Amino acid sequence: MSEVKLSEHPEIHGALVEFDTPEDLIEACEKAYSAGFRKMDAYAPMPVDGLAEAIGYKKNKVALCALCGGIFGAIGGFSLLQWITNVAYPHNVGGRPTNSWPAFIPITFECMILCTALVGVFSMLAMNGLPQPYHPVFNVEAFRRASIDKFFLCIESSDPKFEPKETTEFLESLGGRGVEIVPA
Amino acid sequence: MANQLELEDKIIPDPGEKANIAPGFDYASVTEKITGVVYLPFKKSPKKWLVGIFTAFCFVNLLMFCIWTLFIRGTGIWGINIPIGWGFAIINFVWWIGIGHAGTLISAVLFLLKQDWRTAINRFSEAMTLFAVACAGMYPILHLGRPWLFYWLLPYPNSMWLWPQPRSPLEWDVFAVSTYGTVSIVFWYVGLIPDLATMRDTAPDLWMRKIYGLASLGWRGSAIHWHRYQKIYLILAGIATPLVLSVHTIVSFDFAVSVLPGWHTTIFPPYFVAGAIYSGFAMVLTLIIPLRAWYNMRDVLTLRHIDSACKLMLGTGLIVAYGYGLEAFFAWYSGDKYESFMYWNRVTGPYWWSYVLLIMCNILIPQALWSKKVRHNIIAVWFISIVVNIGMWFERFVIVVTSLHRDFVPSSWGMYTPTKWDWGTYAGTIGFFMMLIFLFVRLLPAISIFEERETLHHEAKHAAHAVQEHA
Repeated sequence: MSEVKLSEHPEIHGALVEFDTPEDLIEACEKAYSAGFRKMDAYAPMPVDGLAEAIGYKKNKVALCALCGGIFGAIGGFSLLQWITNVAYPHNVGGRPTNSWPAFIPITFECMILCTALVGVFSMLAMNGLPQPYHPVFNVEAFRRASIDKFFLCIESSDPKFEPKETTEFLESLGGRGVEIVPA
Repeated sequence: MANQLELEDKIIPDPGEKANIAPGFDYASVTEKITGVVYLPFKKSPKKWLVGIFTAFCFVNLLMFCIWTLFIRGTGIWGINIPIGWGFAIINFVWWIGIGHAGTLISAVLFLLKQDWRTAINRFSEAMTLFAVACAGMYPILHLGRPWLFYWLLPYPNSMWLWPQPRSPLEWDVFAVSTYGTVSIVFWYVGLIPDLATMRDTAPDLWMRKIYGLASLGWRGSAIHWHRYQKIYLILAGIATPLVLSVHTIVSFDFAVSVLPGWHTTIFPPYFVAGAIYSGFAMVLTLIIPLRAWYNMRDVLTLRHIDSACKLMLGTGLIVAYGYGLEAFFAWYSGDKYESFMYWNRVTGPYWWSYVLLIMCNILIPQALWSKKVRHNIIAVWFISIVVNIGMWFERFVIVVTSLHRDFVPSSWGMYTPTKWDWGTYAGTIGFFMMLIFLFVRLLPAISIFEERETLHHEAKHAAHAVQEHA
């Protein structure tokens, strides 16, 4: 979350709670969202349907980026071939037209696929802020299992409603385990 | 929990054709099972793995030697001549690239079709794709004669202001194969990121944690990251599907766009694509059957995976058989004397034995897979998968050699005999491929861990659903 507003608790990243199943995590996220928290993130060792929506995430722009990449690749590839055959190196073979566009389709297609894939993947990484070797949640020992078998919810201190004591109590009321303050 | 691999004498049973994964696994134990192969101390490596990688390494050296000799003495050391200018280089190029296609099919097409059994084998077959494409890509470059000038194939501004010919299928091939290689790497790596994060968090020593941590890009499993991740994974699967079809279509254009009898047919693109998938599934089976035995992985690579792969092999094999049938039909129906001579020469000419082997390996023997008994007999499946690999190699041999060696004018006829350098290079690329496979299973999780967790989650949900319905 790229929020510029200074946190009231700069020494704290947020409060973290652990769950055993994806269903418990989604339920907790929904409760936290309806309790008014907005700056939070959920962590899971696998994709969980509905989890991002439960913490209020709506707009996924990856597909749009990939589409732009594809359009760029197709136009770029086709223009390159047109330029080669008509401008840079026009070649008269038995009076055949230099603009023989059907023969350019395979390369145009490949360029489109290549750019869709590369732009899509790099935009996914960029929007996710990766590579990012350090993140405060890694400071919590139990978080190691977020990539193995446990599910976590973290309410971040940048949330206007965040108060270390109250938020910790709120998280405890959600039925999770091992509520911890995450140092920034 | 003791590492299951250490219990070497205890064979873990296969849960049968209905199960994607043996019962009793949870998120943590499936993680441990798959990462255990990588964390196994070197001294405890299965003996067969050591023997395998050493043998493969010897063949890599053979490859180096053959390429070295080729660079010094030129393509004259190969059996190619005029009229058979393509020879082993193109036969093996098409064979390898075809093998690669099953990886993309498993990871992309089966993903779009929501085939749950793909999970256990998709990572492995994507790796197989990469390594097969690496082997394939070598051949056209070595065949150039002056391989160090391979970059002339790319459109780049040069001092001679010469540009490649974009109307040529060979130029299309450059773009198709390089795009395919790049997209395959990207697809494979994107799939690996969450598992590399798992490795970072579970690896037994510090330097492993650091290396896997760097490679995982700091992945932390955030819900929003997963959301974007799944979107791009779906898009990659969606574009890899037409890509894989286009690549082998373009490979078949190398042949079909020419005017040579035996090459100039419209059946080539679909029949090449089906053949590619056919040979790729054969290679997947050839590789996973021994590996699951050596690493005691019968509980995650189950009979269900083998059974499904066999059925797909049978299906694509029948498409290939239809292709052979149509070639014969059109040789007769076209009324073209060159076309019918080509076919007659293929069946009764000097290379008749290669056509007989082709029909036997690709059509006759694999029909045994109709029987469930055969599909469930692991040894028989392994044998058939090797037979299909050989058969598909002969298919390319038949297409390249028998079409080229006798074309329109008898004065330009010739014969082709591969030399020891041809065989050496071919055996060398097989060694290179095997060595990469051996290293891959040792260094990276060969099964997608996070997708196995998803499988477990879905199965748990289904089980809960079934209990509710009973109540």
